[in-house]
Amino acid sequence: MNASESRVQQAPPVPDAEAADLAPPTPRPDDPTVLQTRGLHIWYGRSLALKHIDIDIPRHKITAMIGPSGCGKSTLLRCFNRMNDLIAEARMEGEIRFDGESIAGPKVDAVALRRRIGMVFQKPNPFPKSIYNNIAWGARINGYRGDMDDLVERSLRRAALWDEVKNKIHRSGLELSGGQQQRLCIARTLAVEPEVILMDEPCSALDPISTARVEDLMDDLKDDYTIVIVTHNMQQARRVSDMTACLMPDEAATDGQRTGVLVEFSPTDLLFTNPKDKRTEAYITGRIG
Amino acid sequence: MSDAAADSFRPHRRMRRWLGPVFGAACFVATLTGVVVLTVLMGAILAAALSGPPHSPWHDLGANLRELSALLGRLLANRQSSDPAVAGYHVGVIGSLWLLGLVAAIGIPVGIGAGVFLEEYLPAGRIRRIIQTNIANLAGVPSIVYGILGLALFVRAFGVRGLALGPSLLAGVLTLGLLILPTIVITTQEALRTVPSSLRQAALALGATRWQVISGHVLPAALPGIMTGTILGLSRAVGETAPLLMVGAAGSLLRAPRGPLDRYTALPVEIYNYAKEPNRDFQAVAAGGILILVVLLLSMNAVAILIRNRFRRAR
Repeated sequence: MNASESRVQQAPPVPDAEAADLAPPTPRPDDPTVLQTRGLHIWYGRSLALKHIDIDIPRHKITAMIGPSGCGKSTLLRCFNRMNDLIAEARMEGEIRFDGESIAGPKVDAVALRRRIGMVFQKPNPFPKSIYNNIAWGARINGYRGDMDDLVERSLRRAALWDEVKNKIHRSGLELSGGQQQRLCIARTLAVEPEVILMDEPCSALDPISTARVEDLMDDLKDDYTIVIVTHNMQQARRVSDMTACLMPDEAATDGQRTGVLVEFSPTDLLFTNPKDKRTEAYITGRIG
Repeated sequence: MSDAAADSFRPHRRMRRWLGPVFGAACFVATLTGVVVLTVLMGAILAAALSGPPHSPWHDLGANLRELSALLGRLLANRQSSDPAVAGYHVGVIGSLWLLGLVAAIGIPVGIGAGVFLEEYLPAGRIRRIIQTNIANLAGVPSIVYGILGLALFVRAFGVRGLALGPSLLAGVLTLGLLILPTIVITTQEALRTVPSSLRQAALALGATRWQVISGHVLPAALPGIMTGTILGLSRAVGETAPLLMVGAAGSLLRAPRGPLDRYTALPVEIYNYAKEPNRDFQAVAAGGILILVVLLLSMNAVAILIRNRFRRAR
């Protein structure tokens, strides 16, 4: 398994005794890190949602983010493609780098960034257009100049949906089943040729069979893409991911706010068999969360 | 059932069972009121329109229909006259169509544009709330007030020479445009608000700009609602009399307008003038004018529904 080869890449997230004995990241020439945060804080209005997140997302791997509700997993995910910008009161501090370049701060073109870092949402949200136009729209607005029919077919094949829809490609995307809709959303994301795909609980609205198909697809996609997935389902994290990050509410917070901190970030098999942090252990064994 | 449960629950089953049908019946009566009043009204107008000679018995449906179509044809072809036998609405109908077209051409883009700006571009906050409240209030201002505003602003231009439009078609168009603007702005905003945020997020996550999100997804999804508001506004504009009297729609005019700076009159203004006539024979003429107006409004609604359905299917 890939995860066993990858080093533990996490720098100490918070001044924590457990985190301190994780190995510090050693830079390699072929930078294995796609996304990196340092000292990332997120506020919603006056309440701190994420505290001091340091994480290195490895390239061409699947990174899962687990943790109880309200601990900021989705918030962290939405930092990477600047979707938090859409929330007026969200405020950010710290460093986020994508391929070594800073993507924090007002000077960064979030529109250009979002093409390179795609996103799949919790509820399948195809456009109320034909299957064909669901794929073609994103390519068109980004100035795609190649053969559109070809791109649509390639994207649908890549998302393992082509055989099911090839005869009704001009029918509405909303006529598909939930699982097919979610794969259509993945195909739509692939069509603009991103490097990273962020998935925010992509299977929580799907039945087990559809979930299995999406998981197979993720495994298939990681040769070409980096995937970051937020999930509530620990079995899913275990099944699909190479690395797992566990976020937890900060115990130091006393003002009743839910502030998320990163308590552990390790290879998935290690995190689930031999958690270093006792909060991780409590969460994965079902004692909290 | 135990005694304790019987004590703490008083189910009133019989009353609850009755309450539903009673409420349903009350709602039915309310609906009936509207339907009955409208039917009586249309019947009365038809009767009035057919009261002139030749007089067919009420049960002779074919003869009455022929008579009605003859009357409407005559009314559409004839100009104003002091003789009820040859009086008609030719100039007013053409004037109203001019008004309708120009008000739509000005009011729809401005109204939808303002709605999009307020809802999609202006950040939620105090300024938006203040503008919002003002527009909502404007929607409730009596139309005669718009007439006074139009008189000062467009007809006289506060006395500035060269800017004053006089009692021209354009002055009437601008006044009616102002009148229907709040309706279009508010319904546009409401329609935009019903577009789910998941749709916007999906588009943004693909690297769409704000304009691409709005033009590609939000406006098409909101279009049926926007159409409804637009048609409401235009229907109101076509039926308005008071502000047009204020800004100088001609009481009697024998030549249809040929351009936006011509003098003009409108169908409801002419209906009003005929209805004022002491000669009872004019009642049929006035009723016939109302029928023309109703047909105009119904066909506008039909066109709106057609466009709406077409747009739904296309997506």
